[in-house]
Amino acid sequence: MKKLLAAFVGSMALASTPVAVAADATKNLKVAYDADPVTLDIHEQLSGGIMQLSHMSFDPLLRWTKDLGFEPRLAESWERVDDNTMRFRLRKGVKFHSGNEFTSADVEFTFDRLKQSQDFKAIFKPFSRVDVIDEYTFDLVTSEPYPLLLNTATYIFPLDSKFYSGQTEDGKDKGAILKHGSSFASDNLSGTGPYTVTERKQGVRVEFERFADYWDIDSPGNVGKIVLTPIKENATRVSALLSGGVDFIAPVPPNDLDRIKRDRNSELVTMSGTRIILFHMNQERVEAFKNPKVRQAIAYAINQEGIAAKIMKGFATPAAQMSPAGYQGHNENLKPRFDVEKAKKLMKEAGYEDGFTITMMAPNNRYVNDDKIAQAAAAMLARINIKVDLKTLPKAQFWPEYDNRAADMMLIGWHADTEDSANFYEFLTFCPDADSGAGQYNAGNYCNPEIDALVEKANVETDLDKRAAMLQDVEQRLYDDAAFLPLHWQDLAWAAKKGVNIEPVLNVMNFPYLGDLVVE
Amino acid sequence: MLAFLVQRVSQALLVMFVISVIAFAIQDGLGDPLQEMVGMSVSSEEREAIREELGLNDSFVVQYLRFAGSAIQGDLGNSYFYSKPALEVIAEHLPATLELVIGASLIIIVLSVPIGVYAAIRPQAWLSKFFMGVSTVGISIPVFLTAIVLIQLFSIGVTVNWFPADTGWGQWLNEFFTTEGGLPSYGRGDDLVHLFGTWESGLFTGEGLAHLVLPCVSLASIMLPLFIRLIRAEMMEVLQSDYIRYARAKGLGAGRINFLHALKNTMLPVITVGGVQLGIMVAYTILTETVFQWPGLGLMFLEAITRSDIPLIVAYLMVVGLIFVVTNTLVDLIYGLVNPTVKLTGKKA
Repeated sequence: MKKLLAAFVGSMALASTPVAVAADATKNLKVAYDADPVTLDIHEQLSGGIMQLSHMSFDPLLRWTKDLGFEPRLAESWERVDDNTMRFRLRKGVKFHSGNEFTSADVEFTFDRLKQSQDFKAIFKPFSRVDVIDEYTFDLVTSEPYPLLLNTATYIFPLDSKFYSGQTEDGKDKGAILKHGSSFASDNLSGTGPYTVTERKQGVRVEFERFADYWDIDSPGNVGKIVLTPIKENATRVSALLSGGVDFIAPVPPNDLDRIKRDRNSELVTMSGTRIILFHMNQERVEAFKNPKVRQAIAYAINQEGIAAKIMKGFATPAAQMSPAGYQGHNENLKPRFDVEKAKKLMKEAGYEDGFTITMMAPNNRYVNDDKIAQAAAAMLARINIKVDLKTLPKAQFWPEYDNRAADMMLIGWHADTEDSANFYEFLTFCPDADSGAGQYNAGNYCNPEIDALVEKANVETDLDKRAAMLQDVEQRLYDDAAFLPLHWQDLAWAAKKGVNIEPVLNVMNFPYLGDLVVE
Repeated sequence: MLAFLVQRVSQALLVMFVISVIAFAIQDGLGDPLQEMVGMSVSSEEREAIREELGLNDSFVVQYLRFAGSAIQGDLGNSYFYSKPALEVIAEHLPATLELVIGASLIIIVLSVPIGVYAAIRPQAWLSKFFMGVSTVGISIPVFLTAIVLIQLFSIGVTVNWFPADTGWGQWLNEFFTTEGGLPSYGRGDDLVHLFGTWESGLFTGEGLAHLVLPCVSLASIMLPLFIRLIRAEMMEVLQSDYIRYARAKGLGAGRINFLHALKNTMLPVITVGGVQLGIMVAYTILTETVFQWPGLGLMFLEAITRSDIPLIVAYLMVVGLIFVVTNTLVDLIYGLVNPTVKLTGKKA
């Protein structure tokens, strides 16, 4: 027994010394993203940067695989107990960065905190509570049957409840989520993830070090230290890679794709993304948009493939619907319908042969080439006699205008936080309702209660095949009605130095699983 | 002297008051700070609650008085993005900008004085003509382009094979135009030395200095031609003046005439312009810092604008206003040192 204990203590000592880590994870990685995480509190903001941080310093219960399936992380297995309940069994022996043991209590703490977070509470609205069964088992309970339970569980990155409980020296609650002003959680972090944050200068650099007691010893990851530098300027970010200053950059601007492809020392990875770029046609502002024929005419007048090829340099997938391939609602039959003659005919039928004048607004620094896309669309609409008065704005000024529905056609890009089609409809095509928050970004004021009811029905349908059929039907109806004008799904691109095998750890959600990254 | 300083301090206060009012007045045009603070799917009630908490719903006057009240006590508010007092954020970013400006100024001084003087003394020499030609080109290239070309040449490197490689001269020309690259193209590097307070310096390590090279050269490239031309023109004028002819007639050595008598008088207008230009240089750092991801005030300010981080924008403008006032005061003081006949307070000598 004594011997065994000694061996155990010995192995513990070995595991916690940096030497043992160095044997496995010796590589350094310099990363340049367009922004660094705004805070270390992963519940303060729901954004790409925060999700990337979450996957570096925390682990979710389960996570998305490359083909949009699930793989277990901190939860080893899960089973449905009844319509409203899913039972999760947790991995044993997982440690937080602080050294605390990970148990069900941490999941409960995290869940309660998510319910309070301004940014996350909307996603967790269908959930009522976490029931702790024992140290390593808990039930996740929804108020109604919820088909997206597992999708949402990918957002549960358990926090170290002991670390985030209690008060700081100046008497502030350690668990508080503060949108502005600094809090304990926004400067300190303890998760179960592969990397601890060793140094952080906001806007300048973040340094990560491999967590010595990381539970996933099967992970092939061999990066011991990561330095993340935000480089906002596209050209500078690309130069930093080409000059060998950094090993991995994201995003890669479309204009530089060829340059990186030609470079012998770099490797480019692109993927069709899931962010849809579309125009809303405001029926409240423009009488003509109430006529489905006019909306269809516009749908026929826009050449999605042309925009994707010429303006996006092939860096986009032309779209005729909101759901990208891989989503349940993706309807294979829907194809872009570019046909100017048909468009003119429809305009004539609707009695608008001579056209009319509308206003259009688009951001100019939010999505890839957003202002150029709007210019192209305006030119295409001119061919069916719709004169467009276009205004492009920086995003900080665009969103207030968007909230005021300040133009007849407005451009928006949308990524479904739940990686599910219903999220698109709820925000972009539901009948706008200020009280329930439905159709919050529906700047077209399109309203079809039938479609909304169908989506609501799909949202409580746990038979996924049935649900997919319902959502695809929704896509078809929206297409037939030309409820909005889809353009494309923006592609994703990353680039790295040769020998940094980024391809296996990348995915369409744009959360690189850097913990598993192998550097040769 | 004291009266002069009092006058300057009151001027500074006035400048800062005006700047703060203007900055406050334009904030509505800058956009909504909330869009950087919350995710897209946050409901409008939640947004409204945060807006209320931040006091963004109050009227202009109420907001300004609240700001002015704490500004008098030295508190310019908290940056939305950094979640810290705006002045603290500025103090953290100031050293990087100062080092950049110091480096660029050194390049300008070390190069412009000898070149300007040489071009004035020997206006017909081919080297003078060469310098003048280059400076005309230099003055007309935007700093953004200079920076990108420098990065391409000295960070990434270019391989040239325009000339026939099988001939000796072709080979030589190819090699002449081919650059290795290797100089850092972004940031300040990891090897900074902590001096005091928030000052982390890159001036004392090889890596820190290497990171300074390209940004400093880019920044200097705008002002250098201007100063060469200014010094040349002033010097040529001074060389025509009576006392120089008299000195020549007296038989003084050329070195003594050129560098002691002529140069000193040449420098008076150069210092005045230099003081003003130093302020403008701070403005040019916005471009240079953006291209080189240099973590200084310029980059911070540009990002603050895209994020509508109003408290930080206001604080930055006020601090830069202060820098302008301070440099101009210093210029006036130096002016007095170089030319004792100039009296600060305007009284007769």
